[in-house]
Amino acid sequence: MTPAATVVDCLGLSCPIPVIRLAKAVAAVEVGGSVELLADDPGARVDVPVWCRLKDQEFLGQQEREEGGWVFRVRRAH
Amino acid sequence: MNSPDDGQELYLDAASTTPLHPSAREALVRALTDYGDPARLYGRARRARLLLDRCRERVAAAVGARADEIVFTSGGTEAANLAVTGLARAARRRRHLVVGAVEHTAVLNPARALVAQGFEVTEVGVDGGGRVDPAELAAAVRDDTLLVCLQHANQEVGTVQPVREAAAAAHAHGALLLVDACQTVGRLPVDLGELGADLLAASAHKFYGPPGTGFLAATRNARLRPVLLGDERERRRRAGMENLPGIVAMTAALHARLDEAPAENQRLRRLADRLRAGLAAVPDVVVHDQASERLPHLVAFSVLYVEGEALLLLLDAKGIAVHSGSSCTADTQEPSHVLAAMGAITHGSVRVSFLGDADDTAVDRFLDVLPAAVADLREMADLDAQAVERSGGPG
Repeated sequence: MTPAATVVDCLGLSCPIPVIRLAKAVAAVEVGGSVELLADDPGARVDVPVWCRLKDQEFLGQQEREEGGWVFRVRRAH
Repeated sequence: MNSPDDGQELYLDAASTTPLHPSAREALVRALTDYGDPARLYGRARRARLLLDRCRERVAAAVGARADEIVFTSGGTEAANLAVTGLARAARRRRHLVVGAVEHTAVLNPARALVAQGFEVTEVGVDGGGRVDPAELAAAVRDDTLLVCLQHANQEVGTVQPVREAAAAAHAHGALLLVDACQTVGRLPVDLGELGADLLAASAHKFYGPPGTGFLAATRNARLRPVLLGDERERRRRAGMENLPGIVAMTAALHARLDEAPAENQRLRRLADRLRAGLAAVPDVVVHDQASERLPHLVAFSVLYVEGEALLLLLDAKGIAVHSGSSCTADTQEPSHVLAAMGAITHGSVRVSFLGDADDTAVDRFLDVLPAAVADLREMADLDAQAVERSGGPG
């Protein structure tokens, strides 16, 4: 069983706050654990996958939310 | 007005605009005291005409063009608009354009505006260094392509583009090439023939000339309809009286720059290396220097976890002027199209670009101020995030 992902709600917050809070949340979960980031700043669409690449964390994907914004899924790789 | 607490202003934004070159200032003042409409026939007007013709020859010579290929404009934006829109207006069957994804908005926006008139626009992406892949560009060119637009060097990260390859790709299909050379004229060697450009746009205030002046070089292959309509000046390609004092000053600046630029570039390249070496010591800073060929005077980087505008304002308070490419502000919600196309971090972006007289002390002062400014902002962001958590999250 994989534990439930930590959810980080950054709706309404502009960059770089979503990336800052994502970084903190990833650092707080166990290795292998995952984080779901909710954000509606368009910059997050670029910055979240790039941050994962820079920090060697696993970017699991992103989905548009019906209510607006996106949900990004990231797994702590190390 | 800002009141720097650190003495003199340190201007590190040469890629936005440059001060007037002393020889351009002298030429401008002289030309301002004179007057005369070059389109009239009496003595004063004929003297103005001769001066305008002389400038046209000298500007043409500086970029390897013929005098009658030069159209004087109000700047780089007008030159690019005239190239894209003017060519489209004169086009008959060709209804397709190819543009690099990291072109300046003065190229991108007129190209995109043509879509409403039945044109098709293909945008070609870039690699992590901001460079267009020439093979991908070549594959995008078709038999009905009218124009390929590729900048000489990028305005945000300084990447020099494969212009000659783009010219070959365009010409293989009978299409034309527009080169936006606003970042390179007066800095790097620019020669129409060598680049393979059919059209080339330049802006005086980027090479130590006055603002409000620029030019488009358009070879005979490029049939243009004017965008500004009125009289028949500039061989019917641009109506309105020429800004003769501006043109005289631009010509003086351009020729001064042809002499100065080569030695200056070597010096500025070393300064840029010194800055990059210093940036390596600041945690979580990503320097955008992956491209092998770049502008010598420009260093672009992203500071993770920091808002670009906040950093810019903090540096301004210390008397340091830089540009931030990130646009996480209320007026534009979209991130920098250049950094996004590169797949680079779009927040916290800073562009440092040196004037010709910059020296080691400029770099040292910048590196003296930056780390503390970054640390302060990161600490504040941390407190912000905690405040959000305490108040039970946003919204």
